Amino acid sequence: MAHDKTYTDQDFKLVGTRPLRPDGVDKVTGRARYGADMNAPGQLVGLILRSPHAHAQIKKIDTSKAEKLAGVKAVITSADLPDLTNGDAGMYDTLENCMARERALYDGHAVAAVAAVDAETARAALKLVKVQYKKLKHVTDVDEAMQPGAPIVQPRIKDKETGLSTNVCGMTPFGHGDIEKGFAEADVIVERSYKTEQTHQGYIEPHACLATMGPDGQGELWVTTQGHFTFRNVCSALLGIDLAKLKVTSSEIGGGFGGKTHVWVEPVALALSRKANRPVKMVMTRDEVFRATGPTCSTSMDVKIGATKDGKITAAEATMRYQDGAFPGIWGMLGGLTSFACYDLPNVKSVGIDVLVNRPKVAAYRAPSAPMAAFGVESTLDILAAELKMKPVELRLLNAAQEGTQSSYGPTYGPIGIKPTLEAVKKHPHMRAKLGKNQGRGMACGFWFNIGGQTCSDINIGTDGTVNLTVGTVDVGGARASLSLICAEELGIPYESVKCAIGDTGSLGHNDTTEGSRGTFSSGMATIFAARNAIEELKQRASIMWDIPAEEIDWAEGKALATGVKNSNLGELTLAEIARKSPNTGGPIAGHNEINADGAGVSFASHICDVEVDPETGSTRVIRYTVIQDAGKAIHPDYVEGQFQGGAAQGIGWALNEEYIYGKDGTLQNPGFLDYRVPVCSDLPFIDTEILEIPNPTHPYGVRGVGETSIVPPLAAIGNAVSNAVGVRMNHVPMSPPRILKALKEDQADQKAVSAG
Amino acid sequence: MEVQLSGGLRDAANGVSSIEIEASTIRELMQKFGALYPHMAATLQDEVAVSINGQVFRDNWNQEIPSDAEVFLMPRIPGG
Repeated sequence: MAHDKTYTDQDFKLVGTRPLRPDGVDKVTGRARYGADMNAPGQLVGLILRSPHAHAQIKKIDTSKAEKLAGVKAVITSADLPDLTNGDAGMYDTLENCMARERALYDGHAVAAVAAVDAETARAALKLVKVQYKKLKHVTDVDEAMQPGAPIVQPRIKDKETGLSTNVCGMTPFGHGDIEKGFAEADVIVERSYKTEQTHQGYIEPHACLATMGPDGQGELWVTTQGHFTFRNVCSALLGIDLAKLKVTSSEIGGGFGGKTHVWVEPVALALSRKANRPVKMVMTRDEVFRATGPTCSTSMDVKIGATKDGKITAAEATMRYQDGAFPGIWGMLGGLTSFACYDLPNVKSVGIDVLVNRPKVAAYRAPSAPMAAFGVESTLDILAAELKMKPVELRLLNAAQEGTQSSYGPTYGPIGIKPTLEAVKKHPHMRAKLGKNQGRGMACGFWFNIGGQTCSDINIGTDGTVNLTVGTVDVGGARASLSLICAEELGIPYESVKCAIGDTGSLGHNDTTEGSRGTFSSGMATIFAARNAIEELKQRASIMWDIPAEEIDWAEGKALATGVKNSNLGELTLAEIARKSPNTGGPIAGHNEINADGAGVSFASHICDVEVDPETGSTRVIRYTVIQDAGKAIHPDYVEGQFQGGAAQGIGWALNEEYIYGKDGTLQNPGFLDYRVPVCSDLPFIDTEILEIPNPTHPYGVRGVGETSIVPPLAAIGNAVSNAVGVRMNHVPMSPPRILKALKEDQADQKAVSAG
Repeated sequence: MEVQLSGGLRDAANGVSSIEIEASTIRELMQKFGALYPHMAATLQDEVAVSINGQVFRDNWNQEIPSDAEVFLMPRIPGG
């Protein structure tokens, strides 16, 4: 993990070390407070009544009996959430998803909510709310939803050419070159189709909040979220609240992975509180989390790649169909954007198609849409390598993008890390380890953009020289440790002297949500600039203490140094010494920064995976796994490695087990962790990691985001490993035991047919 | 300079894949592009990012654009 100083020209004292996490004791002792851990005097219990139907017209809702039940303080329906969205289609979708209006669009769609003095009363009240439904035809499969005559999920979505209602809500092409000419130049062409099933982010902590909304138009929301400022903005818009009058505080978060970038129950809780004039606490059950929040898409895709006999790809094409649930999204578009981003392709075309079905509104899930696209592309590349009699890693290296390559989505790359990750794969001992019976090895690459965005950081220096660092990006993956390291590095003080906290919406300017691997990238950048701002103030204060101009003072290693021969008798002043005198030199010392943290660096990873498949049961066990990824600069390597391991672990679950299963009636059959099986510790091997550091030129320390890319390659890496283990190409994720047995059986039947023929 | 359009922005801009616009900042670029395609105002406000020499910028109007820069208008990316 040698840090390239090309752009940063910096030697670090603290950045790159592995100090203890500042939130560790709180989390292991139970002191940390999550979404459900906050209470208020007089609080009510809020519960939601959900549609039992996949698609139904709501003819009538009678809440009168529920309202009369003793202990019930408020009952609401969509009538209590008037449309204040002023033509904003995305915001209207959010409103409709929070509470169904004319129609229930999926199994689990909210149709009414109650607030009562206790849970028992609230549950009784839900039973007294009478909803008259007229069941409508439904569709839950992405391919079926595109067929003529399929039930229409959102009649307002019209086909641009025919003007007729359609479930296809987006079709976005990317690419360059002449795709037909490219395939004409190919000696070998591989064309395959793939499917992936819908998965949930699977965070341990369900959605939970405590909402207080008074008759004076002022409110507070305590909530588990990845973006409390975004939640404030959305809730304020939906409920007609002034931004400044709704204070949102983010709790500790028990996982989000994209699923907590969107509001689900929070506007409902605020609406109940407003109606009851009492605080309302809402905590989703696991059943509700599965049925009504944030799964990722299921997909269906066709991939075609052509190459010369020496392995140079001449053309690549993909058509990718992503289901968005019941509301339009950009998930197919993201699949199209990311599909071929790892490679230098003269002729490339990818089309991302977004399709509506009667399933929950899809939410982002860690590098949203990229894992499925990578499954299709990287599986096809392995087949191509086999046909060319090339090693998979050599085929990828030969065609890998590099600085100066025009990306498949348009812009030309700056310095990037895909080739270094592949070269590291080639050298890794994992690639030389012997495989046993029924074992197979696979590898795959992955790409994710990473983003920046609006960010604020405040540094307040206490008179004892310790520092409060307040940021507005929710800490979903260890950012407080990384940001404390950055702050300490800049100020030249010990890591232990910095206390980092996440400020509420009243204490900082707007911060974009922690998504797109932006937390450490953007808040790190703001913290660096805030610290430099504080250092300027520290130098001013030192100038007062010494009675010399500030221009004659340098700052190094946490100390003010008087420069020049005439000041040689002054020595130095530490940060703590300057802070101690701050009451006499101008008051508290602080540093601030508010920025658009643009210029996030793209990120690449290559994974290696060994599996063993039991041919009798179809059960697959991952026996060895290695993640190699470019981090730009790893601020706290433990957390970077943790992100790499976490993404791989989630990818392993997605690849082998996890799957939303819908019945013929369109209802979800497995809304719980017993039937929707995520991998637990005993299911996984130790996941080895290798951090590469190819600095991002636009970040002061060279940081790239690291949180998402690690989930992109696993579906394909495991797919390639399983296919190599069983000798049959797997083209449907998850590769669960029944699917593997089916593939083996079909292959045996095919072989028999060939023998017989 | 030549401003290239990525993805669905081409369709939105009546099939145009690139356009000549002289602009020294993102704000100037957006203003001039918006004047040419007024029906894309909402898209430009909320759904577009600007890639300048391969670096993606989302919000900062003041970001300077070198005269010889490669410029792409592309979709804004969310994350998980």
